[in-house]
Order: sequence, then C-alpha cells, then structure tokens
Amino acid sequence: MEHYNMNLNLKVWRQKNAQTQGGFETYQVKNISSEMSFLEMIDVLNEELIAEGKDPIAFDHDCREGICGMCSLYIDGRPHGPWEQNTTCQLHMRAYKDGDTITIEPWRAGAFPVLKDLMVDRSAFDRIIQAGGFISVNTGNAVDANALPIEKDKADASFAAAACIGCGACVAACKNSSAMLFTSAKVTQLALLPQGAPERKSRALNMIAQMDKEGFGACTNTGACEAVCPKGISLTNIARLNQEYLGAALTVN
Amino acid sequence: MLNAKIPAGPLDKKWTSYKSTCKLVNPANKRKLEIVVVGTGLAGASAAAALGELGYKVKAFCFQDSPRRAHSIAAQGGINAAKNYQNDGDSVYRLFYDTIKGGDYRAREGNVHRLAEVSGAIIDQCVAQGVPFAREYGGLLSNRSFGGTQVQRTFYAAGQTGQQLLLGAYSALERQVALGNVTMYNRHEMLDVVVVDGKARGIIARDLVSGKLERHFGHAVLLCSGGYGNVFYLSTNAMGSNVTAAWKAHKKGAFFGNPCFTQIHPTCIPVSGDHQSKLTLMSESLRNDGRIWVPKKQNDTRKASDIPEEERDYYLERRYPAFGNLVPRDVASRAAKERCDAGYGVGSSKQAVYLDYADAIKRYGKIEAGKKGLDHASEAEIIALGKEVVKEKYGNLFDMYEKITGENPYETPMRIYPAVHYTMGGLWVDYELMTNVPGLYALGEANFSDHGANRLGASALMQGLADGYFVIPYTLGNYLADDIHTKPLPEDHPAFVEAEKAVADRIQQLMSIKGTKTVESFHKRLGKIMWDKCGMARNAEGLKQAIAEIQQLKKEFWSDVKIPGEINELNPELDKANRVADFIELGELMCIDALNRNESCGGHFREESQTPEGEAQRDDANYMYVAAWEYKGDHQWELHKEVLDYEVVKPSQRSYK
Ligand SMILES: Cc1cc2nc3c(=O)[nH]c(=O)nc-3n(C[C@H](O)[C@H](O)[C@H](O)COP(=O)(O)OP(=O)(O)OC[C@H]3O[C@@H](n4cnc5c(N)ncnc54)[C@H](O)[C@@H]3O)c2cc1C
Ligand code: SF4
Ligand code: FES
Repeated sequence: MEHYNMNLNLKVWRQKNAQTQGGFETYQVKNISSEMSFLEMIDVLNEELIAEGKDPIAFDHDCREGICGMCSLYIDGRPHGPWEQNTTCQLHMRAYKDGDTITIEPWRAGAFPVLKDLMVDRSAFDRIIQAGGFISVNTGNAVDANALPIEKDKADASFAAAACIGCGACVAACKNSSAMLFTSAKVTQLALLPQGAPERKSRALNMIAQMDKEGFGACTNTGACEAVCPKGISLTNIARLNQEYLGAALTVN
Repeated sequence: MLNAKIPAGPLDKKWTSYKSTCKLVNPANKRKLEIVVVGTGLAGASAAAALGELGYKVKAFCFQDSPRRAHSIAAQGGINAAKNYQNDGDSVYRLFYDTIKGGDYRAREGNVHRLAEVSGAIIDQCVAQGVPFAREYGGLLSNRSFGGTQVQRTFYAAGQTGQQLLLGAYSALERQVALGNVTMYNRHEMLDVVVVDGKARGIIARDLVSGKLERHFGHAVLLCSGGYGNVFYLSTNAMGSNVTAAWKAHKKGAFFGNPCFTQIHPTCIPVSGDHQSKLTLMSESLRNDGRIWVPKKQNDTRKASDIPEEERDYYLERRYPAFGNLVPRDVASRAAKERCDAGYGVGSSKQAVYLDYADAIKRYGKIEAGKKGLDHASEAEIIALGKEVVKEKYGNLFDMYEKITGENPYETPMRIYPAVHYTMGGLWVDYELMTNVPGLYALGEANFSDHGANRLGASALMQGLADGYFVIPYTLGNYLADDIHTKPLPEDHPAFVEAEKAVADRIQQLMSIKGTKTVESFHKRLGKIMWDKCGMARNAEGLKQAIAEIQQLKKEFWSDVKIPGEINELNPELDKANRVADFIELGELMCIDALNRNESCGGHFREESQTPEGEAQRDDANYMYVAAWEYKGDHQWELHKEVLDYEVVKPSQRSYK
C-alpha cells in the first residue's frame, strides 16, 4: 500500500451536555497519515485541542477493532462512514484524500439522547434485551452440550444474526429511528435454536413492546439499516420477527 | 507465609469435597445480602448473573455504556474444555497438565485442576443459553486446536468466540436485571474499596456522565475488572482496559501477585507509526493452519511471493518439530523477536515475520475438490475452493487484517509481530478467589490465579466463566454464611465519608495541577519504558533503570499533567488521568517484581537466565513461589511468598521440541 499524508477540514458537532443546544465547529487537521484509523485522526486533533487549552471532542470507543459496538459517529451523512460493513473504529484514513471536508455528527434518534458532543445514550438497547433477549436457564441446569444436535445451517444462521454488535447504526440510518434490525437479530438468533423455542412467543411480543415504549419508530422496510450495518445483519431478520410477532399475537389473542 | 486455603485430600477430590462441606446461606438470608460486582466482562457478568439467580441482591458496575461491551467481547479464537468430543485422548487431567506445564510450573495445582473439572459444564451452560458455537454437519459441536496442546479441545464461534460468550453472559445478566435481582450501573467507574474493621464493605464509584461520586455498600465486593496490559500503552486490550480497580484494592491492603507476568502474543498486526493507539490481535487459531516464516537471507528486500520455498526459514517448525507452529505463545514470541533482532525481519520496519496461508489454502482446496469429486481440478480451482474454506474459518480475521493494512491476506502472507496481550499477574487470591482482605474477591483476568507464568490460548475465557458461573457461587456462600447478621452500612458511615473524601481530594488534586503535558503523552512514555525494559526480554540493569525512570515520570505527572474540562461533567480526559496515574505506580511494581525474579519462566524472560539454546531457564530451587506484594507506602512494597507445592505433576524443563 502506498502511504500519503493529507490535510483535512472537519465539521464536528459540539454539544456540552444533554441539556444544552449543540452546533457545528470547524477544525483543520494537518499531516494525517493514510495509515491512521479515523479515530486516531480524532485523537491527533484532540491532543492539539488540549494543548491549545480547549475542550477535546468526546466520542465513544473502546475495542477499536469493530467488535464491542461502542464507537458510533455519523460521518458525511452515513453511520460508521463510507466503507461497507465497517465500524467507525475500523475506518482508515486511506478512505480520504488531501483537502477533503468531513462532517461528523452523533447518532440522531429520540431514543438515543446526546450526552456530550458525539456520545449518545444507548441504554434503550439494554432494556430491549431485558424484555426478552435471553433464554431462561439458570446456571447449572444445562444438559450435555452435545445432547442437543442442531442442524449446521440453522446454527450458522443463528450465528449470523448473533453477530450484531448493538452499535445502533441501524437506528441512526433509519428515517423513522426504528430499532427493528437490532431487535430482529436477537429474536432470530434465539428463534432458530431449539433452546429458544419455549419462550418464542413472549420474547417477540415483549421485545417489540419495549421497543415501542423506548420511542423507536416503526419499520417501513426502506432497508437503510441493512445498508449501513457493520455486521451484515440482513433484512430477512425483520421478516422473521414480523412472522414471530404475528404468530405470537394471534395465539395470545 | 501466605495460606492459599487449598482443601486437603487427593487433587481430583479437592473441589468435590469443598463443595460438599462448604457453608451455605439459606434463600431467605440471601435476599438480605448485598454483593457489589465491579466489571461485567465474562467473569463479572457470569458472577452477577449466577449470584442474582441464587437470590443475592447484586449491584454490578462497568465503565462502558453497556455490560455487553466489556473487553471480553474482543476475544477471538475460542474456549477450552476437556470434553474429549474428538476422542483424541483429552481428559480433565490432560487439560490440567497442559495448563500447569504451559504456565511453566508457576500455577497452583489445586486451582488449575478445579478449572479443568468445571470446564465441561461451561460449554453446556453456554449452549443452553443459546451461544451459537460452530458445528459440524452432523449437528454436533466442532473443535479446533490451539497452542501448547496436542488435542482438539477448543470450542469456537468463527473468530468471535468472546463476543458470543459475553453476549450469552450479558443476556443472563439482563434477565436478572429484569427480574430485579441485579441493579446495573453503566458508565460508572469504581475508584476505591471501602474497608471496615478489616473487611471489604463497599465501593466508591464515579458516575462518568455527571462526574458525581457515589457510595455503594456490599457485604462482599467482587473485582472482575480485567487485565492491565495497557500499562504498556500499546496492547491488544481495549482502549479503556485499566488497572484502577485492582490497584485501589492493592493500596487498601490486597496483595498483588506476580505483577511482572505478562503475555506477549506472537501474532499481532505490527505497529505502523507514532499515531498508533492500539494493536490488533490476529487470533492464535491462525497458527493452526498458517505457517510462520522469514527469509533465510538477512535483510532480504524481495516481496514474499518472490522468495522461493527453499529460501524460506520456517523457524518454528525447524526449532520445535513436535509442536511446530503450535508452540506456546511465549516461545513463539521470543522466536520471532530473535529472528527480527538477528536481521531477518520483513516489511518496511523489519519488525515483522510472515504468517502464510498459501499451503493451507491449497490443502483445504484439495480436500474440498475431493469431497466434490473434482478429480482433475486445476490449481486455480483448488485455490478458489481452499479460499472458501479459509474464509469460513477465519473470514472476519482476514477482513480485519485487510481493513487495517490495506493488504489482502488471501493473496499475500500477513505480516505479524508480538504484542502485549494478557496479564497473568493480578490480585493475589486464595482457593476461594478471596484476596487477603476478607470479603474482597477477584475473578477473571483481574486475579493472578490459574495461568502461572504463561497462559495457554483459549484458557482465559474458560477461567473467567469458571470463576463466575461455577466457583464464586460456592465460595462466596462459605464466607457470607457468617455474615448474615451484618446490617447494610448506612451511606453516612464514617468509612464511606472518609473514602469518598480521599477520592474527591485526589481528583481535585489532579485537576488543579494544570500543567503542560497531556495525559496521553505520559501514558506513551510509560509504555515505552515498560516495552523496552520490562517487555519480551528483561535484565537487571534495564529494570533498575526503568524503576528510576518511572519514579521520575510519576513526579513529572503529578506536577505537569494537563487535564481539560471540569470535574462534574462527562470528562474522558479526567477518567484517563485517573487510570494513567495508577498505571505509573503499577509499572514500578512490575519492574520490581521482574527484578526480584532472577530466573526465566514462561513469559518472563530474564536474559541472565537462559539455556545454551536460548530457551527460558527456570530456577525452581529459588523461585518456585508466587510473589505476592504488599503495598507499604509510596515506592515501598514488601514481598510475601506463597511456596508452590507440586504434589502430582513433576516440574521439568518445558520442552516442545
Ligand atoms: C484481542 C483479544 C483476544 C483474545 N482472545 C481470547 C481467546 O480467544 N480465548 C481466550 O480464552 N482468551 C482470549 N483473550 C483473553 C480474554 O479475552 C480476557 O482475558 C478475558 O476476556 C477477560 O475477562 P474479564 O471478565 O476478566 O475482564 P474484561 O472482559 O476485561 O472485563 C472487565 C470489566 O471490568 C469493568 N471495569 C474495569 N475497571 C473498572 C472500574 N474501575 N470500575 C467499574 N468497572 C470497571 C469493565 O467495564 C468491564 O466490564 C483475548 C484477549 C484479547 C485482548
Ligand atoms: S443490527 Fe447492525 S447496525 Fe444495528 S445494532 Fe446490530 S450491528 Fe449495529
Ligand atoms: S470501538 Fe469497538 S466497535 Fe468500534
């Protein structure tokens, strides 16, 4: 790979806290290496801001390898930036060229209030899981793991749904701020496994009820979520959730 | 002399007899007992969930925005268990033996045997929770091999095993939250342990959003706060991983065990420049199929593809024919360093070796062609089929490599170099996972317990979940049975007031320094001292220099650090300053410990102590002990020794030849 350096203009959302109004600030960063990650580029800017006595930009991140789901950032109108199936922390600066302007905003959704600058509160996702994203099995109750064979294709499909990192990009991309992709991924993972069967109905009903309660919008099947999901969670999960929900609602009614 | 409270009796009966004789707490009393759990990685989430299920009142804390994001999520390769599903000769004893040997005879037999005993139940529990492990076509679980073993006992979920296990534990935890048994405190950082009459009785935590300090009572406190590899600045740990919780406990009296035992993982993506904020692991599972090599010629500048087979040195296969590319991590890391130091490194920095998949792709391609009955498949067809197989096994790791380096590892060999990855050292705990402070426990990577001087791959996940699901539910009851009459302390108890004041004063002091250098710059400097002088190879002179340099760095930090913002607001720089201040103190202790241990063992390589072939040379006569350090005041520690008795295994020079 050829390396190069670049100068960039950044338009960054700054907001002191949840109570105050925010706005954009513009920054210039110089000599950014194409080998840096996007977050390392912000690290560089933050070090400069601190040196100048200014407040650095607050953003969420932890693993920096695309698995914890902590990083966010709405970059030039797209959650997690321009690369396909990618998280912000894995985005590298070779995606940009000298002179580019980059606009960086937090996730925007009523259910994800901004805490500061680019950090938002995603605890609504935890509460959706609390509503039913589990199998009720106490520790020590399990039978031998191989006593329950599971068809490989089902296990693989369950794993594909379980790959969701809970980042919230799907919500940020959706014009309705719907959390259907996230919720459907968990419902699908558990619905495909025999262990998940006993609670199938209540799970779908309760998780959807919680989703509504948190203020996430309805799904109108636009597919913006799937397009930005870093883990390739597919829309077919939403179809399955709808099926599960309808099936459950019918029997319960 | 430290007493580890290992139960009497034959090794394979100890845990059974402990479980059947330990004290119990009845359900009505459990409801009255409050437990503080700091950390919700595999160890903390499993402990909080299991204790909630039993009926204890649990409060759990993590500094991320959700328990699902703990660093355990990043574990890639797999989790060991002695299931012997492959019928390849595995057993509880063999897992126990491999772990003791892999740890270079510096772990406790009793603990390790218990770990091996409960390993199978972990897999059962995870499957019951819906963890989607990899399966074979028959529907049964699949296994792979890992370093330091000759059986296939590693369970996995592609390259995302930690994620799937943590999400399993997280869902069990959230279920208990929904049931009201666990209260979860996200974006909270524990900043001190509260000790009353010698017993741990709670913590002081800071709400990282509001900056406010809070007091939380607990009849017992469990620290499940992970490892401290970030003392080196660059490591494969998540950015937020830190030592603060363990360090505060240490300063409140808990001994720190074997702090210098650090694991340097052989296969990580090399450093690309000064801007680097962290390093990325390429899972050990890649050594199953990948072959590691460097050119036979020094300073060879040809592209990998231009170097013919006979001019490649597969140095692990050459030096260790029995284990080849699957030697334990410490051995593989040192061998890579040796080649690079001798001038055989590759890439622009020359600090890298190749991890090559070309052979594996061909081998798998041929097998696939065979399965499909393609007798006359062309080389290109075979390669295409082989790439598919490799993609299924390691796809996400290969993608990650490509995103970071911009190179396609299906076409060119990956460049890798060792990086700090895990810390075997940690808070000293006894058999019950209790530190020497009654009521204060340490679980998971935060304790020092089971891996001796080197951890085998896929054993940290096993240990975290063993501690949380299957050990602490018993051992905690044994302690709390005598505590059922203790009433929760009111928040205005003098011990809480005093502890909170000390924390507030320290934060105030940090903020009022208003110096000129950023927290990050101090952390980087500390990391460099540690990597250069307390890293893959250590010697007395370097360690002495490091101690002096760290003491100087500490002075400078406390007089010249610059922290922007305010105390009572969301302030990540202040959070980081709190952590780096603790890392600096820990760094000094690590060097003191490394200096004291004048032998090589596992990941701790003292240049003064090696065999003629350059392998680690243990000194069992003088160092067959756990070094447990007691904090005595600024720059002062006292060494306590827990002598290790090997009743069953006979320690010998480790050989993987
Ligand atoms: C990249 C990578 C890959 C790995 N792959 C494997 C593998 O394949 N197999 C294997 O067995 N092991 C692997 N390991 C090692 C293994 O992942 C860890 O050792 C293990 O997950 C640690 O779990 P834990 O529960 O002890 O701590 P962690 O998962 O680190 O959790 C720590 C918790 O403590 C909290 N915390 C810390 N300090 C505080 C504080 N002061 N206040 C409040 N909360 C706090 C955090 O928020 C977090 O919830 C890997 C490690 C890395 C870095
Ligand atoms: S579905 Fe995709 S975008 Fe949504 S939270 Fe999960 S990983 Fe993120
Ligand atoms: S920081 Fe963990 S996914 Fe980006």
